[in-house]
Amino acid sequence: MANREEIMAKISELIGPFNNKGVELSAATTFQGNLEWDSLTVMDFVAAVEDEFDIIITMNMQAEIETVGQLADAVTKLMEN
Amino acid sequence: MTDLLSKFDPLIQERENLLATGVKDPFSLVMEEVLSPTVAICDGKETILLGTYNYMGMTFDDDVRQAGLKALEEFGSGTTGSRVFNGTYSLHRDCEEALKEFYAMDHAMVFSTGYQANLGIISTLAGKGDYVILDIDSHASIYDGCAMGNAEIVAFRHNDVEALEKRLRRLPAEAGKLVVLEGVYSMLGDVAPLTEMIRVCKENGAMVLVDEAHSMGFIGENGRGVSEAQGVIDDVDFIIGTFSKSVGTVGGFCVSNHPKFEILRLVCRPYVFTASLPPSVMATASTSIRKLMHSGNKRAHLWENSKKLHQGLRDLGFTLGTPEAQSAIIAVIMPDLEKGAMMWQALLAEGLYVNLARPPATPANMTLLRCSLCAEHTGEQVDQILGMFEAAGKAVGAI
Repeated sequence: MANREEIMAKISELIGPFNNKGVELSAATTFQGNLEWDSLTVMDFVAAVEDEFDIIITMNMQAEIETVGQLADAVTKLMEN
Repeated sequence: MTDLLSKFDPLIQERENLLATGVKDPFSLVMEEVLSPTVAICDGKETILLGTYNYMGMTFDDDVRQAGLKALEEFGSGTTGSRVFNGTYSLHRDCEEALKEFYAMDHAMVFSTGYQANLGIISTLAGKGDYVILDIDSHASIYDGCAMGNAEIVAFRHNDVEALEKRLRRLPAEAGKLVVLEGVYSMLGDVAPLTEMIRVCKENGAMVLVDEAHSMGFIGENGRGVSEAQGVIDDVDFIIGTFSKSVGTVGGFCVSNHPKFEILRLVCRPYVFTASLPPSVMATASTSIRKLMHSGNKRAHLWENSKKLHQGLRDLGFTLGTPEAQSAIIAVIMPDLEKGAMMWQALLAEGLYVNLARPPATPANMTLLRCSLCAEHTGEQVDQILGMFEAAGKAVGAI
């Protein structure tokens, strides 16, 4: 099972194709504020993360996730279950 | 004090910027007179209506109007009560009978609007620990039904069967699942691949709700919707619909063959905690629904109109939401809001009303000029409409 660092690395890789502004990524990077993603981009990115880890990130969970670090935490938790 | 309305400042600014370009406010049109399902007087000018969802033109049907007048005389102007208290008249029961006849289903429940039907049924069916799986382009009423309930919400890419299947497979096998689909998606007028989608729902133990708001009365041999046209209506657990489109009045409903369906009348809050529809509305709805059962010729004419307008707009060089006419909605894609508003205004000046649709209601941040045809549009009117699109399109440089 992947640990949090591996998950974080994988998420950064998945952000790549959607990071049109070339924003430098850290755990504190926000999807809305820093990456400036619209709802459609969020949808495509979430689908990519879901498919990569074979998980479901419900819209209820998505509402609580603002930063890359929070996403990594959520994925880590989902992988444990 | 924090001004609670300051959160809307960006939208206020956007509107001011738009109106500063000199365009008329596209969201404050007033119809002074309505002459027929297809013609109204707007700003003193006779205007062809091409954005009303009045698909079957029932609003001015003689039998429908007579039924409404009779009910108004005999039962008064309103019920002043909930369906579960003093708000169920024989006319409400009769309207539910008409729906059961129309859909050949066992149960029907009438709500005060289509919005409330989705709000009520979705929030009541899917409770804590259950899952609602919905298309990302779902109507606001579906999203609001999700927000009102306590279920987990899972979205999948628009009309993508594989994306739906993947998500269903990842959910716990024992969890309750409601997949919410629409027959026709109202922004682009495209149709869902219900046959495939419903198959994967059933394979994964999910119940299926299909919103047929934009297909009732028109699509399918008996006008029951896309699920009828695709031969899968028997596998749909709940159909949601509205009276404010083909039926030509206001109200919403859910029909189902589920043996326990009737209990929803007692537990569905948007059904219980609101006044029922006025008697005249119930009488017009029942009369209209029963007439729609035998409207094969009108359905055929509406298809002709839709195909003709779609082909004509493509020939003029407009970009449309679907490769061919899939419903009575033809969406013209505009490059941005400003151009869309200019084109909307130019069409109105020509004497044509269409809907200007903009984000966030639209998918992919599109600005759309959404046209919806009526079975009462004549072939000559469709020719006139195409002439107006050509003139307006050239005037604003859209084609």
